Amino acid sequence: MLTKRIVPCLDIKNGRTVKGVNFVDLRDAGDPVVLAKQYAELGADELVFLDIAATLENRKTMHDMVLKVAEQVNIPFTVGGGISSVDDVDDLLHCGADKVSINSSAVKRPELINELSKKFGSQCVVVAIDAKQIDDEWFVHLAGGTIPTDIKLFDWAKEVEERGAGEILFTSMNHDGTKAGFANVALAKLSELVNIPIIASGGAGTIQHFIDTFKDGKADAALAASVFHFGEIPILELKKELQKQNIEVRL
Amino acid sequence: MDLKIVNYGAGNIKSIQFAFKCLGYDAVLSDNPDEIFKADKVIFPGVGEASSAMKMLKESGLDTLIPKLKQPVLGICLGMQLMCNHTEEGDTKGLGIFNVDVKRFSNAVKVPQMGWNTINNLKSNLFKDIREEEYMYLVHSYYAENCDEAIATSNYDIEYASALENDNFFGVQFHPEKSGKTGERLLQNFLDL
Repeated sequence: MLTKRIVPCLDIKNGRTVKGVNFVDLRDAGDPVVLAKQYAELGADELVFLDIAATLENRKTMHDMVLKVAEQVNIPFTVGGGISSVDDVDDLLHCGADKVSINSSAVKRPELINELSKKFGSQCVVVAIDAKQIDDEWFVHLAGGTIPTDIKLFDWAKEVEERGAGEILFTSMNHDGTKAGFANVALAKLSELVNIPIIASGGAGTIQHFIDTFKDGKADAALAASVFHFGEIPILELKKELQKQNIEVRL
Repeated sequence: MDLKIVNYGAGNIKSIQFAFKCLGYDAVLSDNPDEIFKADKVIFPGVGEASSAMKMLKESGLDTLIPKLKQPVLGICLGMQLMCNHTEEGDTKGLGIFNVDVKRFSNAVKVPQMGWNTINNLKSNLFKDIREEEYMYLVHSYYAENCDEAIATSNYDIEYASALENDNFFGVQFHPEKSGKTGERLLQNFLDL
């Protein structure tokens, strides 16, 4: 059976990890390559690298990092942040990235999704959606959640699927950083609505939250940062618990 | 060992090169028919859409070369699918090396299948020291039907062929270069053939 995936996310700035990581005694916890290798050995199924200071000057540093990760890590990884053209994606895939994640640039110019899936295949196009629930409606937000739009989450999700996205990475801004659980109601609705995999993001705090997002939220993968980086939830322990709950995982 | 990766512009080959480098081998990209013909082992990669990949393959003239190769050849992902008779993706005629058709998963499941799935019914030296039910990483919307040439099967929607073998030709639907230690073992097995 296809397993559910556990996906640690690393925020990158100038080729270094931000926020820091202290789940294990590492020589250099700021080096994304060292960390990525460690996560692969600890049982992560996939990794996401998010370039949070994506500037033109920064691009070369990011490419170097992607090359090194591809060289040393033998599990799949996604790169996101500041990607706005076919050429950007071409460069990253050539450096060895398996998938790219686009967010604001897809909202600004939705045709980008069509162009990317046509040229590189849907399998490497992840559309990240940051949304916030205001009253009863979910609205898409841009630029790391700072700019609200009047685009509705579920309309946008359907559109990105139709345009050729291979996967949706949904972050609930209401849940992100709260450590109070994932947005399972919205996630389950997304999963029913579209027929591409959904990665749940935002709200991970306990092992139970992962169980809930796979069972109630019907998520295909769950992404988290701090609970993994600070060793609050060891990945192996998490996967063993998921298995006990009859959730298929790779152990 | 003279190890060549068929270069016809399709997909992410960097990871394959790196994976062989980890095993201590230099896998060289080539679109030169003479070079490929003389190589000890050949990797036929592929990511993306079938009809455009086949178009690129034809433009490079390598579509006629590949079926004539006598050394061990390993098709990966779309590479494997293009070695089959026909694929529903873009209604594309394949190289006919594997006597099987490639179909799209039904909408009863999420498409693409993305992630780690088990491989079962292992039959070939390609899987030496790899146990039944080991996990491999897969990303695909189309699958080769289960058939006589299947040397591994996986389940998603239905039971399908996740690896194929015919004489010196091998094909794997999963990405060994992205499948951790198990994938590394498979690549080493291919080199040992």
